[in-house]
Amino acid sequence: MEVLIEFFSFQDPNVVSVVVGAILLTASSAVVGTFTFLKKKALVGDAVAHAVLPGICLAFLLSGNKNPFFLIVGAFITGWISLVLVDTITARSKLKEDTAIALILSVFFGLGILMLTYIQHTGNAAQTGLQSFLFGKAAALVGQDLWVFGIVAVILIVTVVLFFKELTLIAFDEHFAHAIGLPVRGLNLLLTSLTVMAVVTGIQAVGVVLMAAMLITPAAAARFWTDDVRLMTFLAALMGAFSGLSGAFVSYTAPTMPTGPWIVMIISMIAIFSFFFAPARGIISNTVRQRNQQAQIMQENLLKELYRLGEKEENHFQERSVQELIEKRHFPKRPLKAALRQLKRRGYLTHHHGLWQLTQNGKAKGRRVVKLHRLWELYLSKYMKIEPDHVHEDAETIEHVITPELEAQLEALLDYPEVDPHDSKIPY
Amino acid sequence: MKVDAKDVAVEFHDLTVSYDKKPVLWNIDMTLPKGALIGIIGPNGAGKSTLIKSAMGLLPLSSGYVRIFDKALDDVRRWVSYVPQRETVDWDFPTSVLDVVLMGRYARLGLLARPKKEDKEIAMNCLQKVGMEAYSKRQISQLSGGQQQRVFLARALAQEADLYFMDEPFAGVDAATESAILEVLQELTAQGKTVIVVHHDLQSAAEFFDWIILLNMRLIASGPIDQVFTNEYLQEAYGGKLTVLSEVSELIKKRRLPSREKY
Repeated sequence: MEVLIEFFSFQDPNVVSVVVGAILLTASSAVVGTFTFLKKKALVGDAVAHAVLPGICLAFLLSGNKNPFFLIVGAFITGWISLVLVDTITARSKLKEDTAIALILSVFFGLGILMLTYIQHTGNAAQTGLQSFLFGKAAALVGQDLWVFGIVAVILIVTVVLFFKELTLIAFDEHFAHAIGLPVRGLNLLLTSLTVMAVVTGIQAVGVVLMAAMLITPAAAARFWTDDVRLMTFLAALMGAFSGLSGAFVSYTAPTMPTGPWIVMIISMIAIFSFFFAPARGIISNTVRQRNQQAQIMQENLLKELYRLGEKEENHFQERSVQELIEKRHFPKRPLKAALRQLKRRGYLTHHHGLWQLTQNGKAKGRRVVKLHRLWELYLSKYMKIEPDHVHEDAETIEHVITPELEAQLEALLDYPEVDPHDSKIPY
Repeated sequence: MKVDAKDVAVEFHDLTVSYDKKPVLWNIDMTLPKGALIGIIGPNGAGKSTLIKSAMGLLPLSSGYVRIFDKALDDVRRWVSYVPQRETVDWDFPTSVLDVVLMGRYARLGLLARPKKEDKEIAMNCLQKVGMEAYSKRQISQLSGGQQQRVFLARALAQEADLYFMDEPFAGVDAATESAILEVLQELTAQGKTVIVVHHDLQSAAEFFDWIILLNMRLIASGPIDQVFTNEYLQEAYGGKLTVLSEVSELIKKRRLPSREKY
């Protein structure tokens, strides 16, 4: 707790710089990653992330120090080469894109690890910390590093904002973009460069191994909450920033701990939470919606059955016991009781001394379901030439689906028929 | 059989197009008139979509050229609009109906600029023309197939072009959408604009179009409907492929030959 207060009071200037840096890096990768995600190029991001490692090592070997500018240039070059190779392999050989990505990713990463091991054995004192590019070290974001990586991150965000409408269009409909004369090749090149740059800057906080998660996961999580690409990009940035902040905190309190895995765990928790709990698109709200639908079908079936019993006995307001309903139609007992109670609450049924009775409203609703059922049976046999003994099952489902507009259309089309194919009277 | 247009909107000159080296259209050579509602008809795999894609510069040409309003495509792009098949995009994309229609304005806006109030008004106007103004704020995944097609049409209208290429706008739409789209197309041609439509249904083709292009890997016929829509030409287009032509295409693909020699 004390550490938490100490950290968030921002009295240590190092804390401020680490926090600002981590937030900028993760937010900018999330913003660029939104378009990688929308273009369905998640794996490409992973390939680039792994392919920048040999570039970083090479830059170090050539320059002999860890100047962030050289490291970025080196990483950018090998990141780019990897993408060009993936495209070339896909276009020129029989191999498909997924194979090309897997090949390039492992070759470049293997090369990177080889070079890293070599550097470690040279005994160059400057090499300490190069290791942190593997799994990230947000706490290293101070001084010159912060400035260089921070500025690149800001440039990334500004570029995406400026080209937002074009990037959205090429992600949604590249053919159309081409047809109206947008420079599609140039824009794709821009997005690729942005992705490489996002990876190059993000690895300082997250590391090459887990960088793909930082590109894609915020966008995937944000997608659950909104249908607007602008809001989605903003939410992704926010979620990325939050995970970056917590990564910085971990890095501050436990300096030996790599930050990448922490950041990725936190953004993944956000994604899993979104997956379950987001309204409209989340699993839970989907399940609830389906349950409500089933409950509604059960209730409509019940009213229909009560109406049909009344029709047979020529008394719609006959009181009936639960037992009788179960015998007539094999309703399962517990859902049946729940449905009865719900129908009472909604004013379709009344309940006295353990017996259930339709109200006027309930009768009307039951009549409508019966009518839709029989109209649909008639429609099937008349227009689709289906045998009368095959239409019932279909109508059981469709009776719950038909809207009032379709109901009116059916009535007009069939010209208010008297009876269905089984000679049952259609009630209006 | 081909009839030359008097007032030419589009000229195809000896056009050959290949996919992955395999020629799918051979030596298409014709002119199409301004202000007409033109249908491209032919069996599956005849190269109908390929023809308009190559006219829009979306595919590399193996030989020949296309001129629009007697100019190269890049000089007149602003006046040419394209409606892709609606299956070519992901309708779960996080965007609204109005935003999709606004995409039709992007070419005029240019890079970096944001749509202005005027653009939004034009987009709403176009939505109204296709009877979709009530849906402007909907997320596009909530639309039915017919509604998706109308949104694509509205996007093309928002371009305010003079020439429209449309890939199967009538495929899989409901009757209400079909008549709504047809009405819009007829209105466009009444204003002197040219509309070229890939179409798959012979029966409605006879009612919809003034000019017909019959295609089956090669040009069978192009001309006013009363001269082209005859039993003879229809049979030629639909009466089986030219097997030798198809086999030669396959051979060219296998041996990775360019369909035109360089020297």
